[in-house]
Amino acid sequence: MTKEQIRETVFRVLGQIAPEANLNHLKPDRSIRDQMDLDSMDLLNFVVGLHKELQVEIPESDYPKLSTLNGCFDYLASRKNAA
Amino acid sequence: MAWPTILKSTRDRVLPPNLANYNQFRESFSWRRAAQELTGLPEGNGLNIAFEAVDRHALGAARDHLALRWLGKNGEVRNFTYAQLMEQTNRFANVLQELGIAPGDRVYALAGRIPELYIAALGTLKHRAVFCPLFSAFGPEPIRARMTIGRAKVLVTTQSLYERKVKSIRSALPFLDHVLLIGEDSLPPNLPDTLDFQQTVSHASDAYTIQPTSPEDIALLHFTSGTTGTPKGAVHVHEAVIAHHITGKLALDFHPGDIFWCTADPGWVTGTSYGIIAPLTNGITSIIDEGDFDAERWYGILQSQKVTIWYSAPTAIRMLMKAGAEMARQHDLSSLRFLASVGEPLNPEAVVWSKEAFGLPFHDNWWQTETGGIMIANFAAMDIRPGSMGRPLPGIEAAIVHRKNDGSIEEITEPEVQGELALRPGWPSMFRAYWEEPERYRKCFAGGYYLTGDLARRDQDGYFWFVGRKDDVIKTSGHLIGPFEVESVLMEHPAVAESGVIGKPDPMALEIVKAFVALCPGYEPTEALRRELLGLARTRLGAVVAPKEIAFVASLPRTRSGKIMRRLLKARELGLPEGDLSTLEND
Repeated sequence: MTKEQIRETVFRVLGQIAPEANLNHLKPDRSIRDQMDLDSMDLLNFVVGLHKELQVEIPESDYPKLSTLNGCFDYLASRKNAA
Repeated sequence: MAWPTILKSTRDRVLPPNLANYNQFRESFSWRRAAQELTGLPEGNGLNIAFEAVDRHALGAARDHLALRWLGKNGEVRNFTYAQLMEQTNRFANVLQELGIAPGDRVYALAGRIPELYIAALGTLKHRAVFCPLFSAFGPEPIRARMTIGRAKVLVTTQSLYERKVKSIRSALPFLDHVLLIGEDSLPPNLPDTLDFQQTVSHASDAYTIQPTSPEDIALLHFTSGTTGTPKGAVHVHEAVIAHHITGKLALDFHPGDIFWCTADPGWVTGTSYGIIAPLTNGITSIIDEGDFDAERWYGILQSQKVTIWYSAPTAIRMLMKAGAEMARQHDLSSLRFLASVGEPLNPEAVVWSKEAFGLPFHDNWWQTETGGIMIANFAAMDIRPGSMGRPLPGIEAAIVHRKNDGSIEEITEPEVQGELALRPGWPSMFRAYWEEPERYRKCFAGGYYLTGDLARRDQDGYFWFVGRKDDVIKTSGHLIGPFEVESVLMEHPAVAESGVIGKPDPMALEIVKAFVALCPGYEPTEALRRELLGLARTRLGAVVAPKEIAFVASLPRTRSGKIMRRLLKARELGLPEGDLSTLEND
């Protein structure tokens, strides 16, 4: 899976949760939650959505790695390639 | 299934619980005696929450004891001793004085869990103005509605929250005289028509004498939601501090030297009564975490701060459960002595799990915005029946009642019969009004009881069990959401002909907000429109209030008088037989 496909998936899942957000304006190294005003259920839905779309297991202890866009891309790429 | 009772034994006890023998304590308890644990203002000048919370310790032997320890999102730490907290809150009270704010004027706060919020709250109480916290995750519409109802005179907020949520509605708030902005990232705020919080506070004097305060002077305004109409502002008075103090001691078992962490946000009543006031009046150390829920972070805080008493909420506990007991066991949580939970009923699985994961069970308790403090609780020395909210606090008389059609009530004394949970008025933190809505207030009382709107039953040993809400208010992640507020925003969209909003049961959040929408002629129920509506609701209401799901329907079921039958929507959602619900519909 290419980096571009992962990026597309992350944006698609976020877009389903918060369609009002302008995802292209997100700063890649800052907290997604803060920038998009997500609540804890949104975050949970985000992880569940990524799991469904990408078929990767994401243990709770890894959630902090998904807090920024760059964190998501790196983490998911490494999980996908390891799988 | 019935869950086995969790038995308490004196061997488990590190410290003798404050409430050791329930029946005995209950019998000898009086609110008058509870009040004697407080100091009162010097020279018999009355009772002021902030004096009891801060000054009486700062002026005594505890002056250098740690009152607040703030943990920032990015690892910063700020400590406040009682003496330092007195100085800071004095400064804020002087700022209000200089701005011409009179006792009784409303000072609102819209901020995350940052030290300035706590300073503003206590400084406002010292000045005898009314403190009204708003949840920082609200969107502009809930903020506008609540500020308009209470006619906010001062708003304390951060630069980014102001820009995102207040600037666009400021022109609709003509009564708002002053906005105090807290700068971020070490930068001073720089927006027109606002004042710099830090600068204003640092220029004010650190000496302030609290003026005479009557126990019945209004102190706090907490908004809550009903099924219909605008949010309701529950009014609390300075006398509430007697209940904050004693319930902290009895239901949360505060002992000198405790390190207490209440994870609730001061935007909701728990975060004020127990996140600010109760630990301070008891002279203990309170941990404030700015960060949002994160399992690793939370265990890290419990370990590094040596937290002894932890007060949290079911949604968070269930998320920890999902992360697994193994994660808990990887941390040294040996300082923990007592765990409590509030916000919605704690399921028995979570109670039992916590005993396995921490060696200590969570103690569920029950109260609401209107009651101002914990009313029914599982106590440290009392056996736990998992799933039960426990027994009434000393000084609290709870009953199960049935409302009759003529408006009167009938008390149900037989055990195990479902009815409405009711409380005998008279405890100090009972709400004294809904802000400027006497009729709505009056409707909460009948037959000498305050009627809570919660359905419950009592077992033969006096334990209370939550059954559900009597009205259509939604309980989600510990927050109370009024369906009307959500429906109104959806109705603003030209495509929407009508909408009905319910709480859909959810394993994690108890309920999530789900909206049913019927469209005007000429509009198609497309995915694009669904996203547009979701986006509108989130922008206007904020993530915590906006629906998580939106479904299109051809029309909404209504009663003969035209009210949306939310319970029927809910029954359909759950696949329940609709006929059974006719009796539940209170039209």
